[in-house]
Amino acid sequence: MAQLDHAPHPGLIGAQPAPPPEVVEQTKIYRREGGFPISWLVAPATLWLFLFLVVPLLSIVVFSFWKSTGYGMEPGFTLDAYQNYFEVEGFFDASHRKFLTPSVFVSTLFSTFKFTVVVMFFCLLLGYPIAYFLAMQVKAFKWQLSLFLVCMVPFWTSYLIRAVAWIPMLGRRGLLNTFLLYMDIVDKPVTFLLYSEFGYVMALVQIYVVLIVGPIFFSLAKIDDDILEAARDMGATSFQIFREIIGPLSLPGVAIGLIFIFVMLMGEFATAVVVYGGKTSTTGTVILNFYGVANYPASAVNALMLMLAMMIGVIVILRVVNIRKEL
Amino acid sequence: MAKWTPERRKKLWIKSGYSVYFLVFVLFIYGPMFAMFVLSFQGRRGGTSFPMRGTSLYWWGKLIEPSTVGDMQGALLRSLILALIVMVITAVFSTMLAMAFRKKFYGAGFLFYTVMAGLMVPGVLLSLGMATLMQFLGISPHWWSSALAVHVVWTLPFGFLVMMAVFNRFDERLEEAARDMGASEWTVFKEVTFPLILPGVVAAGLFGFTLSYDEFARTTLLAGEFNTLPLDINASMTQRIRPTLFALGTASTIFSLGMIGVFLGIYSILYRRAR
Repeated sequence: MAQLDHAPHPGLIGAQPAPPPEVVEQTKIYRREGGFPISWLVAPATLWLFLFLVVPLLSIVVFSFWKSTGYGMEPGFTLDAYQNYFEVEGFFDASHRKFLTPSVFVSTLFSTFKFTVVVMFFCLLLGYPIAYFLAMQVKAFKWQLSLFLVCMVPFWTSYLIRAVAWIPMLGRRGLLNTFLLYMDIVDKPVTFLLYSEFGYVMALVQIYVVLIVGPIFFSLAKIDDDILEAARDMGATSFQIFREIIGPLSLPGVAIGLIFIFVMLMGEFATAVVVYGGKTSTTGTVILNFYGVANYPASAVNALMLMLAMMIGVIVILRVVNIRKEL
Repeated sequence: MAKWTPERRKKLWIKSGYSVYFLVFVLFIYGPMFAMFVLSFQGRRGGTSFPMRGTSLYWWGKLIEPSTVGDMQGALLRSLILALIVMVITAVFSTMLAMAFRKKFYGAGFLFYTVMAGLMVPGVLLSLGMATLMQFLGISPHWWSSALAVHVVWTLPFGFLVMMAVFNRFDERLEEAARDMGASEWTVFKEVTFPLILPGVVAAGLFGFTLSYDEFARTTLLAGEFNTLPLDINASMTQRIRPTLFALGTASTIFSLGMIGVFLGIYSILYRRAR
């Protein structure tokens, strides 16, 4: 508790005499600083994170410079893996016919990024109104909580299984085709659903959209109703209220949600195999394939480039929205 | 009865519009799982898509036969044990960390971002770094060692954020009162702090359990010779996809939902008691 830094208020019986210094000293002794020592509290988790998060990530950087021997790697310093990464199709190689054609790894990273951005766009488009509905339109707390839980539950179930679940939906005789035929929208089954970009994006959106609803919901729920009321009283239209108040105040949640799904989508590899039939590769699958053939430096370089791309993406998002201010 | 002013009517329209959209959204995120559920009862000759050719428990039966999906029961057991260990470690670590973060200390900002990095680093990268490092050091991976290590890195930030929120609303004067009455630090924690934060600890444990139980990417390279359940599911997908997979997926999802229900039940009981 804070110590009194001013004289006590003179009571009914007049001003109290200040306690003698030795009494003050004594009360200090009994008021000990509370809590367990901080170093004990943080030590186990810090050690764990250092050993199993920091060291593995740093070792990726180190391994990317090592020499691949065909069955493993040996210590050394070489840029072979980097050269392979960039040059395979003749990128930066003036003597090559396909000069300036990006290597297969660079273009894989690029296509991973492309899918990520498309999926992020749709997640935001679909997820924002849901968060808005839960935070602004549903007034009763009980309903708010249970509807929010309905949206969150898929996050706690296996995402692999949610990817598998798209197979009966998308196939030639899948539910979507049946529906389209039944509604007479098409007269024969469309084939562009399963093992296609369309189906892939749709499955990814379904899997990741719940992750963006949460953060947006929390930042919307924090908005004080009085501010909105004040704006309404001063004659602001709904659109103005959204543009001037709700939109800006929900930006931190949007940024956190976007960053969250951005890094997960960039590292995505299983959904591509299940729903896209492995027709395309993401950087994640490239990394695992190189690991599978024991070319560790090559997979390390791919991983590093993925990390680099992710960092750039996160920085760009943070540039637009300063979330540090809001946390 | 309130008067039906145009404004009120408009509000109602907007609200029902949102409600309809919400229903469509729920259909979108649950529909595929429901289709999978229905198809797991596919008749013996049926395939992996509609129409149903009769209904049967044939594919569910196949699930219990040991030969078809490899070592399903073993994988389930391993996933459960792993999830329980991760749950305990997550709950303990996140409580300790959040307690430390109540005060300012040197390196707090750095530690905060390191914990959060566990959430930001994709599973593939962590899996790769860990597996390559272990390969180099000559340590063989096991589901109870290396997989456990990276699972906790993934679940800790969630538990930590939950516990941070709990301690944000925690009245420290209760602890001080106990201290002033001469309780030891350990007694203060046992008698005052812990009972009050217990609902939060359960919530942190929920994240630990469910996220570990379903984790696939971080386990891929680190499970060693025995599979966990998600790895087993993935392995059975590389073969021809049969309705058995749907039965397995449904069973696993029902189990996850059951666990969430159990956790939420415990949470609400404890929460009411802590009030």
